[in-house]
Amino acid sequence: MSLLEISGVNKTFGGLKALDDVNLSVREGTVHAIIGPNGAGKSTLLNAIIGKLIPDNGTVTFNGEDIVGHKPHEINQAGISRVFQTPEIFGELSIMENMMIPLLAHRDGAFKMNPWKRSDDEADLIDKAHHFLDDVNLWGKKDTIAGSLSRGDKRRLELAMCLSQDPKLLLLDEPTAGMARADTNNTIDLLKQIASRGITMAIIEHDMHVVFSLAERISVLAQGHVIVEGTPEEIKVDPKVREAYLGGAEV
Amino acid sequence: MNTVATKKKDNLMVLIFAAVVLSMPVWLQPFGAAYPDLMQKFVIFGLFAVGFNILFGQTGYLSFGHAAFIGVGSYATVWVFKLYTMNIVPAILFGVLVSGVFALVIGFICLRRTGIYFSILTLALAQMSYNLAYSVLTPITNGETGLQLSLDDPRAWDAAQVQGEGIPATNFFGMEMSAWDGLFGFYVCAAVLILGFYISVRITRSSFGSMLRGIKTNQQRMTYTGLNTRPYALSAFVISGMYAGLAGSLMAAVDPLAGAERMQWTASGEVVLMTILGGVGTLIGPVLGAAVIKYFENIFSAINTSVLADFYSFLPDGLIDIFVGVSALFVGKGWHLTLGLMFMLVVIFLPGGIMEGIDRIKNRFAKKPQQD
Repeated sequence: MSLLEISGVNKTFGGLKALDDVNLSVREGTVHAIIGPNGAGKSTLLNAIIGKLIPDNGTVTFNGEDIVGHKPHEINQAGISRVFQTPEIFGELSIMENMMIPLLAHRDGAFKMNPWKRSDDEADLIDKAHHFLDDVNLWGKKDTIAGSLSRGDKRRLELAMCLSQDPKLLLLDEPTAGMARADTNNTIDLLKQIASRGITMAIIEHDMHVVFSLAERISVLAQGHVIVEGTPEEIKVDPKVREAYLGGAEV
Repeated sequence: MNTVATKKKDNLMVLIFAAVVLSMPVWLQPFGAAYPDLMQKFVIFGLFAVGFNILFGQTGYLSFGHAAFIGVGSYATVWVFKLYTMNIVPAILFGVLVSGVFALVIGFICLRRTGIYFSILTLALAQMSYNLAYSVLTPITNGETGLQLSLDDPRAWDAAQVQGEGIPATNFFGMEMSAWDGLFGFYVCAAVLILGFYISVRITRSSFGSMLRGIKTNQQRMTYTGLNTRPYALSAFVISGMYAGLAGSLMAAVDPLAGAERMQWTASGEVVLMTILGGVGTLIGPVLGAAVIKYFENIFSAINTSVLADFYSFLPDGLIDIFVGVSALFVGKGWHLTLGLMFMLVVIFLPGGIMEGIDRIKNRFAKKPQQD
C-alpha cells in the first residue's frame, strides 16, 4: 500500500515550471530515494509535501487523506517529519529542551496550555528523550546549547528530534551533505537501523553511495518531472538517467 | 559549572528574591531611596518588566505598546473605586481582567506579523489608544484632567459603611494603603511582585515556557514539529498584557487616579530599556533594570548644583566650579544623558545586560578553586 501518493502536482514560479505533473508514490515501510540534478525540483517537491508551499494543482495524499492546503503543523501532526538540508534546530536552547519540544508536540498536539507543570517533572518524556539521544550518541551532551554543536551533531540532533515524534513518514533532505566519508557511513548505518524499525523514508540525496546503500525504490526527477521510477538496479542501467545527469556522466 | 535549573534552585531564588524585595526599606536607606513612593515605583515597574520579559525575552516579540495595558489597567481600577468599592482587591482583579481582554484583541491583530512589523503594529495601536483616551473616550478617561475620584461617586458596595468627610482612601480589606507612612502600600505591591515573579519562574520552567523559547529561536522548526505557534504567542502576549495591567492597577491602588500619559510611547519604550539593561530573557534582570532606571529617574534627577558643590567641597576653589559644571550635565535634568551613556555601555560591553555582568563576576570567582 502506498503511504504517500503524489499525483499530477504542478508548481510554477513566475515563468519557471518547478514541478511539472509530478507523480510519485512511496510505499509503506520502504526507503524511497528522490534523485536528480541540481534544480530538478527535489526540494520544491518536499516543500509541497510538508505544506511549506501549496501546489498549483494536483493532489498529495497521505495515509488516504488529501493534505494539500493543510497547515504545516497539521501535516506534521498527521505523521510527516522532515530533516532539513541545513539543520533546523533550536540553536539557543539545550539539546534536552530541543528534544522536549517535539516530544511535547507529539504527546499534547498542536497547542496545549500547560504553564504550571515543570518540564523537568515530565519523567516519561525525559526517558524518551534519553532513548532517542542515545541512538545518536548525544545523551552525554544533553545540557549543551544546540547552536554550539558541530554540523554533524546538529544533523543527528535534528534526526533524533524527528524520530522522537514517531513519524509515519520521515523526509530527509540530503542527510549526508558536507559530511566526511566516515560520518557518512555512520549516518547510513543509522538510517538503515531506522528503516529496519519499519519507518517509511523518502530521501533526497546527491551521494549515489548513500542512495544505493539505502534505497529500495528510486525516482529520478529532471526539470520538475519524474522521468524514471524503479529499483536501484533498473535505475543504474537506465539510459534516460544518464542523459539527465550531464548527458551520460558515470552514475 | 552546572547551569541546569532545578526546582530546589528556583525555590531558593524566589526566596532570596522575596527577602531582598521585602527588606528594601532597610538596604535602600544608604542609597537615599528608602521612601515608600519610590520603592512602590521600583516594585510596580519591576512587575511590569517581569511581564514584558515573558513576551520579549522568552517569546522574542518586541512590543512597543505595552504601556497601553498599564493605562487600561489603571482606568479599569479607578472605575471600580468610583462605582463599587475602595477595596483594592476587586479593583485590581477587574483591572487585570480588562487589560487581559484588551491584550487579546491587540495581540490577535498584531501577531499576524513578526519582527519589526509586529513592533510597529503594537506601537501604532498603543498610540491610537493614547490619542483615543484624550479625545473620543473622554467620558471614560476624563481626557487631559485624568480620571479622579470625587465625593459624589456612588461606591455602591461601601455605602453600608459609615463614611467620614472627604474621599475615602483605597484600602486592603479596611487597611488603608497609606498606613504605616505609606509602607503598607509598598508591602502590598511587594507581595504582588513576589507572586508575579514566582508565576513567571513557573511559566519559564514549564513546557509552555519551552514552547515560547522555541518560537523565539526557530519558528520554522516549531511549525514543522507540529506546533501551532500563533495561540502560544497570543497566550504570551495576553499574559504579559495582564502583568502590565496589574502594574497599572497597582499604580491606581496606591494613588487613585489614572491619566493617559501613562500610555504614551515613551513609557512603552522605557520597559524595553529596563528589560535590555537588566538582561533580556533572564528572570531577575528585568526587575534590576526597572530599579536602576527608576533610581536614576528619581535620585539623579534630584541632584542639583548645590548638592554637587557639597560633594566636591574637598577640592580647591577653582576646581569646584569646573567639576560642578561638568557633572551638572549628567545630573538633574541631564539624568537622561547618564542613563543613555550607561545604556550604551551595557549594550556594547554586556549584551546580556546587568545579569551578564553578574554572571561574569560569578564565573571568575567560581573558576579559581578549579584551577588550584
